[in-house]
Amino acid sequence: MAIEIEKPSVGLSKVAVSDTHGEDSPYFAGWKAYDENPYNESSNPSGVIQMGLAENQVSFDLLEKYLEEHSEASSWGKGAPGFRENALFQDYHGLKSFRQAMANFMGQIRGGRAKFDPDRIVLTAGATAANELLTFILADPGDALLVPTPYYPGFDRDLRWRTGVKIVPIHCDSSNNFQVTPEAMETAYQCAESMNLKVRGILITNPSNPLGATIQRSVLEQILDFAVNKNIHLVSDEIYSGSTFSSSEFISIAEILENRSYRDSERVHIVYSLSKDLGLPGFRVGTIYSYNDKVVCTARRMSSFTLISSQTQHLLACMLSNKEFSENYIKTNRERLTKRYDMIIKGLKNAGIECLKGNAGLFCWMNLSPLLEEPTRESELELWKTILNEVRLNISPGSSCHCSGPGWFRVCFANISEQTLEIALERIHKFMEQRRRN
Amino acid sequence: MRLVVPLQGVVQGRGGLIFGSLIPCALFYFLQLYLKRHRSPRNPPSPSASLQNLAEMNRTSSRSNLLSRGSIGPARISSLATSISKPNDSPYYIGLDKVSEDPYDRFGNPDGVIQLGLSENRLCFDLIEKWMLENLTDSIRGRDGDDLSISGIASYQPLDGTMELKMAMAGFMSHVIGGAVSFEPSQMVLTAGATPAIETLCFCLADHGNAFLVPTPYYPGFDRDMKWRTGVELIPVHCRSTDNFTLSISVLDQAFNQTRKRGTKIRGILLSNPANPVGNLLSREILCDLLDFAREKNIHIISDEIFAGSIYGNEEFVSIADVLDSEDFDKSRVHIVYGLSKDLSLPGFLVGVIYSLNDNVLVAARKLTRFSSISAPTQKLLVSMLSDARFIKEYMETNKKRIRNMRDLFVSGLEGLGIRCADSSAGLYCWANMSKLIPSYGEKGELELWDKLLNVAKINVTPGSACHCIEPGWFRCCFTTLDEEDIPLVMERIRKATDSRAS
Repeated sequence: MAIEIEKPSVGLSKVAVSDTHGEDSPYFAGWKAYDENPYNESSNPSGVIQMGLAENQVSFDLLEKYLEEHSEASSWGKGAPGFRENALFQDYHGLKSFRQAMANFMGQIRGGRAKFDPDRIVLTAGATAANELLTFILADPGDALLVPTPYYPGFDRDLRWRTGVKIVPIHCDSSNNFQVTPEAMETAYQCAESMNLKVRGILITNPSNPLGATIQRSVLEQILDFAVNKNIHLVSDEIYSGSTFSSSEFISIAEILENRSYRDSERVHIVYSLSKDLGLPGFRVGTIYSYNDKVVCTARRMSSFTLISSQTQHLLACMLSNKEFSENYIKTNRERLTKRYDMIIKGLKNAGIECLKGNAGLFCWMNLSPLLEEPTRESELELWKTILNEVRLNISPGSSCHCSGPGWFRVCFANISEQTLEIALERIHKFMEQRRRN
Repeated sequence: MRLVVPLQGVVQGRGGLIFGSLIPCALFYFLQLYLKRHRSPRNPPSPSASLQNLAEMNRTSSRSNLLSRGSIGPARISSLATSISKPNDSPYYIGLDKVSEDPYDRFGNPDGVIQLGLSENRLCFDLIEKWMLENLTDSIRGRDGDDLSISGIASYQPLDGTMELKMAMAGFMSHVIGGAVSFEPSQMVLTAGATPAIETLCFCLADHGNAFLVPTPYYPGFDRDMKWRTGVELIPVHCRSTDNFTLSISVLDQAFNQTRKRGTKIRGILLSNPANPVGNLLSREILCDLLDFAREKNIHIISDEIFAGSIYGNEEFVSIADVLDSEDFDKSRVHIVYGLSKDLSLPGFLVGVIYSLNDNVLVAARKLTRFSSISAPTQKLLVSMLSDARFIKEYMETNKKRIRNMRDLFVSGLEGLGIRCADSSAGLYCWANMSKLIPSYGEKGELELWDKLLNVAKINVTPGSACHCIEPGWFRCCFTTLDEEDIPLVMERIRKATDSRAS
């Protein structure tokens, strides 16, 4: 596949010319449309409203307030005594204080139902890097990972591009609210075998992106049992764990392991990040939490390609170890996200649109299949284009998430203001009314 | 003999022959087993743990191969992970580990290991600290009037770096090379340190199994950074002390042809200019020759110029960008790597640069930066610092002076011990010739001296073999992590360890 550009200009690698980065898919095409004509309340009220970006902007004020009141977080204290050490610190173990703060924060998010050991935390520059790193460690080029559909479009790139690893989808559908079943897992495994691919692990996202729902306890148990049975790894991407609407509904794989007294835990690895829960994607903070010593050791060494600046580690260590701040943040963030979710569900219902029942995340999974001309992917993309160009909303079509049934769309609600959300709902309402009339 | 008598009884009975042969065989087998378990190891006595680590490497690697092969035990990890998880095998890393276990501190731990193996610059830290104190609170969240609330830096930023930082970097890089070249911000891709910059470039320019030509001696970290995940091979192009380790095009050509003959595709040359560990510079003529060579073979050139701001000698530093500018060379095959960890003493902040005039490479590299982006608060801070022209000018001038001063003291200290260094004009280290002090002229002798220096003299220096130097006895000594007051102690320790040549 790799081609040398015609001589005499010098050639690039296969990785460089491949399109596995996926940036040509509709998921990203919508972003381009938004960039060219972005909505702005005052200057461009008819522009495209961005509802395809899973970013959390509802709780910035809490972060601002903390930083205002705690200047030592961003300035190393009066006289900057810790600065020297911090600026020279490039140990890939990461600041102990930061790892401790992360471990505590992760425990808090799970309502204290699981405890995390700071020495098992490996720091990376974002969850994107964490997922790729784990893939490099758990699978050889040409091996496969099983991933339930629908899944985050970025996985096609993050798990496959440089690693050479393949994704074999575990098909889930609306008949049971897209839950993973043992049969679906077995089918995917057999499918991989029939293609002569060695399955090395299963990667789940819990709470799920794009479904916006947590995985039930019984299903988690089944997934873990499956991994044990096939002697493969289990990666649980829990990046939205702090964005559940109610603390008790989210069950982390860490809790399942604790209940089993950590039997079979050396095959389990958790990915986390502050990009969604804390709304700090620009800070580039991700972690791998592994119960496997060798994976921890290897991931740490490999993390030298994706380290977090010590300045950021220091700032976040201060912030997250402030119990008052973290408890208040988790609670308030949850409340605000719930409010947004209720608002969008109600608005969509009034427009005659149903969504999957969700309880987490920064988005809802909307069912527009009744609107499709035909139950096909092409029809879904036609509808997506219409919504992008006529309604001027950028939402993500289910096909870009590899959803087996056409007509589902992911709609983000936390990256825009409440007013903008109202406008978006109004536009959808008008659109649905017009369609009913025709 | 005593065995035969009871056997006779057995033999004469039923099944005699079988028992007669089985029992002695069994006894013989158990005898061998016993002997094997209790046999004393045939290895020569190893002087220390560090050397033993090197010797152990072959044994442990075969053991772990066994473990990773079968599906016995827990879910297996990849072959890449298995090889990475092995204990450190290079003296470069073993030495660094030793220092972290027992770091020298003049007051707190005066018998600890003195670090001379990390090329980090601590000489001008006081200036950076001063700047921070005077400017910090403004720099993170911005002065009044600017839209620099947290939401400005919290949300998704361009993954290859903000335009503000690229512009500030372009200005800084230009200043560092004396204004000879003007760098274009849009031709830059920023990464979390120079380590991912090099790896990213490698991913863009070469496929698994391809190779890069690298002049020796070279920075030991390249063996990880360039090879680990990319699957690329590094082909050494040996330079010699006879011409102060200058790169020769004919040796380069030889290495190219030899590699091609065995079926490996060469994708480019990896240069370090200023060189690490020698500290010399590539002349304008050689750079031109290299560009001609690259064009003739249709390959890339990566020029790692991370020490460009650490020039203390009188020789003029010529960046490859300068040569490209002034002559009519094909700009699409040259890519520069830079970073702030050496020149600006901020290794923890992790800022690296890929600078290329090849748009295809930039497009690919840009997409890859999602795996190693610089943290937003750090970008913000650095924009402030790099844009402070007055500070940068003062810093760079003072830095040069202090490096020069420290180098002169250190090198003359070594000369007092009869140890001469290669000619160098740049870098945070000197390249010392200790070949007269090694017990035997070869890699083994060099490593014995290294081990002695590390474990007896307790100074961590990097042996030439870790840098793939073809001549034994050379050592890299970094002097910018020292205080002046420590130099006599360093020399004393070396003298003591090498005077008493017991082994």
